[in-house]
Amino acid sequence: MRIGNALLVGVAALAYGVLFAPIAVIVVFGFNEPVGRFNLIWQRFTLENWLHPLRDAALNQALANSLALALAASAIATVLGGLMALALSRHRLRGRSWIEMLLVLPLTSPEVVLATSLLTLFVQTNLPRGFGTLLIAHSLFCLSYAGLTLKARLAEMDGSLEEAAMDLGARPLRAFRLVTLPLIAPGLLAAFLLSFSLSLDDYIISMFTAGETVTLPLYIAGAFQREISPQIHVLATMVLVVSVALLGLSVRGGRSA
Amino acid sequence: MSASRRSLRAEPRTARTRRQDWLPWLLVAPGLTWLVLWFVLPLAQLLPVSLSDTADRFRMTLVFSGRIANYTEVIGQYTPVLARSLVYAGAATALAVLIAYPLAWVIRFRGGRWKAVLLALVVVPFFTPYLVRAIAWTTLLGDDGPLLSALRAVGLPQGTRLLNTAFAVVGGLTYNALPFMVLPITLSLERIPTELLDAARDLQGGPWTVFRRVVLPLSAPGLAAGIVLSLIPAAGDVVNPQFLGGPNNRMIGNVMQSLMLVQRQLPRGAALALVLMALMTATVVVHVRRHGSSDLTLT
Repeated sequence: MRIGNALLVGVAALAYGVLFAPIAVIVVFGFNEPVGRFNLIWQRFTLENWLHPLRDAALNQALANSLALALAASAIATVLGGLMALALSRHRLRGRSWIEMLLVLPLTSPEVVLATSLLTLFVQTNLPRGFGTLLIAHSLFCLSYAGLTLKARLAEMDGSLEEAAMDLGARPLRAFRLVTLPLIAPGLLAAFLLSFSLSLDDYIISMFTAGETVTLPLYIAGAFQREISPQIHVLATMVLVVSVALLGLSVRGGRSA
Repeated sequence: MSASRRSLRAEPRTARTRRQDWLPWLLVAPGLTWLVLWFVLPLAQLLPVSLSDTADRFRMTLVFSGRIANYTEVIGQYTPVLARSLVYAGAATALAVLIAYPLAWVIRFRGGRWKAVLLALVVVPFFTPYLVRAIAWTTLLGDDGPLLSALRAVGLPQGTRLLNTAFAVVGGLTYNALPFMVLPITLSLERIPTELLDAARDLQGGPWTVFRRVVLPLSAPGLAAGIVLSLIPAAGDVVNPQFLGGPNNRMIGNVMQSLMLVQRQLPRGAALALVLMALMTATVVVHVRRHGSSDLTLT
C-alpha cells in the first residue's frame, strides 16, 4: 500500500513535470537572444524582446485578425448557443435528443473532416474565402461548446425561480430579464471565454477556410519555415498570463455567485 | 427531470401555454439553422462531391459521375497512412490513460484542499497557443536539446534522435490528450462517495480488489469519455506529425491537407474525409448509446 501510494504520487509529479516542460521553454525563450532567424536554441539572456514585444509587424497583424475573429465568433456562438440551451433545458421540445446530438457532433467530429466539408462547400458555391468564411467556421464549432456549457449551467439551476416570478405576474420576457439572465450571466461569460480561447487557438479549420487572411496560428505555422522571432514566445507568455488571470477571476466570481 | 416535473403541473391550455408551444422552436431556430447550414449541409454535400470527376485541369468544376473509384483509390493508396494514424492515436491514448488515471486518482483522493488547484494546473499549460507548444517541443527534443544532452550524459549512444521520429509524434499527441483524459476521469472519481470505499475496505477488500471491483467500474464512464475525447483529435491531428514527425511520419490529416489545399483533388479529399468520419462517428455513437453525452462535454 505504502509503495503503491508512493508510486502513484511519483507518476503524478512526473506528469506535472511533463505538462509544464514546454511551458517553461516558452517563458524562458522569451528572454533569449537568438542567433539567426530561429529562436529555437538558447544563446544568452536579454530583456530586448519584452521591451519590444510588437517589433514583428506581420505577427501583430495576425494577432489583430485573430482577436477580431475570436470576438465575433464567440459573440455569435454565445447568443445562438444560449438560446438553444434555454429551449433545451427549460421547454418541452419534440426531437430534443436529435437536436442535442446535432449540437454534440461538431465537437466529436475530426476537425480535418469539418474543415474539408466547409472548404468543399465554399468552393462549390463560389463563396470567396477570407474573414467571412473563417467567421462561419469558427462560430460553428464555438456554438457547440457554448451551447453545451450553457445547457449544463441551466440544468444545475432551479427552474422554479422563473416559474415563481411568472406566478407573481411577471410576463415571460420580464421573468427572463430579471431572473434568468442575472443567474446565467457567469455561465454566459464562461461560454464566451471558452469560445474565445478555442477560436484564438484554432489551426486546422482555419487553414482550410482562411483564403488569404492570416490568423495567429496560421502565421506561426508559416513562421516555422521562415523565421521564429522571440516575440512569438513573448506573446505566448502574455496569452498564458492573461488566461490564468481570467481563470482566477472566474473561479472567484463563481464562488461568490 | 424538469420535463417530468412540468408535466405534473396539469395546466389548462391558456394563451400562455399555447404560446409556449412555439416559443422553444423560436429559441432553437437560429442555432439550428446555423448547424444545418454549416455542419449538416457541408457534410451531406461531401457525398456527391466524393463521387464526382474533376472536369478541367484546373480542378475547379466538378461533375457528378458516380465515380466509386475515388473511394477505392484513396483507400488503396492511403491505407498505410490511415493505419499509421490509428496506431499513433491508439498508442497516444493508451499512454495518456496510463499517465492520467494515476494523476486523476491522486487529485481526487490525495488532493485535499489543493484539489481545485491541482486540477487547474492540468489545464493551465493549454492556455498557451497550440503551435507555440509544438515549437517548444522541437526545442526540447532537438538534437542538441536538453533532453538528448542529458540522456547522452548517462550513456545514450551518439546519433540517437528524437525529433522527426514516431516517438516524438506519439509523445506530442499524448501530451495534448492529457487534459481531455484527466478531466473526465477526475469528474467520475469525484462522484464516488468515500463511504463506499470505506465499506469495501471494511469488507476486507485489499487495495487492488477495491480498485478493480469498485473504483474502476464506477469511473468507467469518465474513462470512456476520456478515450473518445483523446482518440478523435489525435487520429485527425495535423500539427504533431508536421512539426515533430518530419516527412516519414505523415498522418491522415496531413494527407487531407495536401489533397485539398495543394493538389486540389476535392473528390478524393471528400472520399477520404467520409471514410475518416465513418470510423470516428461509429466510436462516438457507441459511446453516447452506452454512457450518454454529458461526460463528453465535461459537464
